Amino acid sequence: MQQPEPKRHVLARRDAIVAGLRGILPESGVIAEALRMKPYETDGLPAYRQMPLAVALPETTEQVAAVLKFLHREGVRVIPRGAGTSLSGGALPLEDAVVVGMMRMNRILEIDYADRCATVQAGVTNIGITNAVQAEGFFYAPDPSSQLACMIGGNVGMNSGGAHCLRYGVTANNLLGLRVVTIEGEIIDIGGHHLDAAGYDWLGLLTGSEGQLVMVTEVIVRILRGPEGARAMLAAFKSNEIAGQCVDSIISSGIIPVALEFMDRPAIHACEAFAHAGYPLDAEALLIIEVEGSVAEQDFLLGRIKEICSQFDPISLKVAESAEQSLAIWKGRKGAFGAVGRISPDYLCMDGTIPTGQLPLVLRRIGEMSDACGLKVANIFHAGDGNLHPLIMFDANDPASFATAEKFGADILRLCVEVGGCLTGEHGVGVEKRDLMPVQFSPDDLAQQRRIKDAFDPGWLLNPSKVFPLQAPHTLAIAA
Amino acid sequence: MSGAAGLAAEAGVIAAVQAAYESGTPVEVCGNASKRGMLRPVQAAARIDTRALTGITLYSPQELVIGAGAGTPMAEIAAAVAGKGQQITSEPPDFSALFGSTAPQTLGGVVATNLSGPRRVAWGATRDHVMGVRAVNGRGELVRSGGRVLKNVTGLDICKLLSGSHGTLAILTEIVLKVLPRPERRGTVVFAGLNPVQGVAALSAALGSPYAVCGAAYLPAEAAAALGFRTSVALARIEDFAVSVDYRTGRLREELAQFGPAEVLDDAASIAAWAAVRDAVPLHGQTGAIWRISVRPSAGPGVAAALAAAFDARWFMDWGGGLLWIAGPATEAAHAAVMAAAGKAGGTWLLFRAPDSLRAAVPVIPEEPAALARITASVKAAFDPKGILNPGRMYAGI
Repeated sequence: MQQPEPKRHVLARRDAIVAGLRGILPESGVIAEALRMKPYETDGLPAYRQMPLAVALPETTEQVAAVLKFLHREGVRVIPRGAGTSLSGGALPLEDAVVVGMMRMNRILEIDYADRCATVQAGVTNIGITNAVQAEGFFYAPDPSSQLACMIGGNVGMNSGGAHCLRYGVTANNLLGLRVVTIEGEIIDIGGHHLDAAGYDWLGLLTGSEGQLVMVTEVIVRILRGPEGARAMLAAFKSNEIAGQCVDSIISSGIIPVALEFMDRPAIHACEAFAHAGYPLDAEALLIIEVEGSVAEQDFLLGRIKEICSQFDPISLKVAESAEQSLAIWKGRKGAFGAVGRISPDYLCMDGTIPTGQLPLVLRRIGEMSDACGLKVANIFHAGDGNLHPLIMFDANDPASFATAEKFGADILRLCVEVGGCLTGEHGVGVEKRDLMPVQFSPDDLAQQRRIKDAFDPGWLLNPSKVFPLQAPHTLAIAA
Repeated sequence: MSGAAGLAAEAGVIAAVQAAYESGTPVEVCGNASKRGMLRPVQAAARIDTRALTGITLYSPQELVIGAGAGTPMAEIAAAVAGKGQQITSEPPDFSALFGSTAPQTLGGVVATNLSGPRRVAWGATRDHVMGVRAVNGRGELVRSGGRVLKNVTGLDICKLLSGSHGTLAILTEIVLKVLPRPERRGTVVFAGLNPVQGVAALSAALGSPYAVCGAAYLPAEAAAALGFRTSVALARIEDFAVSVDYRTGRLREELAQFGPAEVLDDAASIAAWAAVRDAVPLHGQTGAIWRISVRPSAGPGVAAALAAAFDARWFMDWGGGLLWIAGPATEAAHAAVMAAAGKAGGTWLLFRAPDSLRAAVPVIPEEPAALARITASVKAAFDPKGILNPGRMYAGI
């Protein structure tokens, strides 16, 4: 992968830059020794690695502002980082960049049940918010698979989704306010404790901006009262086509399940071998469907869904009779990444979105590509919203295998765009997909996005080499 | 746009903006002009009309998306989705009565103003349901963002930035909205006779219950009379399958018994009541100015009390107390009172309707702190370098 040329004058001034950071942050807040910087050289996409110039770990918004102001003055590139769980290389360092890690800003500042919101620092984990409010029956809705580790600041940066966003939306739909720091080191409050701030929708623009525009230090999230209960069912079918038609029928019937997950045959087999969840191994496609409400409401909804599924000649239908049985149904799906990891030394997790009606075609084409390139793939699909996660299995010790996997992944994403979808549903563009952006966007589309970047960060110091393809005028801007 | 007519209409907008860009001529962007009275009056000799951008270009009910030209009447879209048992999730209001307009509002107008109805409190604003846009920036370039799928984080989210930007950054030509099934039944639990503080407490308890309340409004007696109630009311709506509406309204009455005995409005009465809340019917017939104030819900009653003390105010609250609608005299003194009360509560405000003289003289939305104002000016220039699109609509000089 091509990366921008390091700035020679920055590399040459490394000691002075580290000293400058030490003047701003406490002793332990600056890491410059190679061994201790090692954990920061990669993120959730470990195929790419690069040691940074240094790592800064601020504890307050004011320290973040001072750090950015200093780095801006020195012309040093900045890599914002939360827990480092990005699957698209969103936190990959550059040789001449300082990683600004938010993990020390991990306090929950305010919880307001009456107004259903919480103010938290950017380094609080996603699950940490729910853990803090669940005693009162509340939760924070977006639930990415990495929710035990990933941080809310990173969730904002990537506009993270999860398995339940069909009902509850993604990060952008669950925010009220942000405290952010510009590259010049100015602190700005966006939104607040209220809905729909007047003026331009900065909250909407900054969410999912992948660290290109500002650094997020505090977040005001909406918290929701949880339902009385939730229960899952499992339905297995003879083909992807039939399962896809069943999904259409459920949605068309007026039921929006809180989760509607699809697994293809290789995913079923990998998950069953790993989790022993009781998935039928003779099925070509499996749906996990979850509904919420009181027990009677769950019975009503599951009954209707079961009736619909029955019209599609299912191989098996299993409705959970208890919370424990629901957990068992989810067990395989939730362990999918670990399961695939067990049968293949390495895998790439792709993240395109497609119009749901295109699923059978897309899975057939992915199967053909898999046969042609000789790499296995398992598909997991948020069926309600069209977000497809093909897991491409390869061997990282074999450079040819990795190159084939990367090309296979890129071909899948091109296919997603070709059928009317997009390159990324919830993982972000990062470095992984930046060179594919012209597949989805015209030169004018991309130029407009670049001009927004210019407006916030004219020197292109914030998280460079991500999102935008390395080409003029981007390369011109960063050479300046 | 798809289709020959749509593409021709879009090409017409592109050509018009290119010409305005070349000559540096400011233009007012208009659909049916049903909300032209919002924000500041635009000083522009020329106008670019979006009404030719009409027609539904995509509707896939099982994929929950509908796309249409920006000039398509909202009613046409609502009818199309209703035909498949679906609805526009954010419940866009119709303010034609407030603005004295008879023209039907367009999809582009609804998205450009990001106006949302009572369901906003539970299901998000109009901007949350904009999945894709095509738009013409101030250079006359076609810019696309998002698409037709429900989950998309590819690139910067220009869909949200353009939603609520009042045509000052780009002219929307086509929009794809997410839609959802229209629930089988609606029901509304009505707590009568509560004061504003008690009313908002009841709504807070309802919204904090496990019953998925998706509408929460408080109307003082004067406003409630417009809906046919004899005293103040706190309204909590549930929409779902009939069996759930019956169960959940029953549970709410029991669990909120501390707020007094509650009645339940049936489906037809709920539809009527919430349409009235949505369209601000309690303020119909009010002359003078109208403001919308958005605060943390528990602060709503305090702001209402402060303004009722400051001037002769007619008001009601939606969004659980978080949205305060207020009518009062169209004076700078009343406007100053609104700014002060909303600011003190840490919220935001919008001078929603006022005579041109007032809305040209005062800020119509809060001024931004200096660091953000610089970004606003830069982002405006990033779309519209010559400042030709709806100049002055949101802020003087922008």
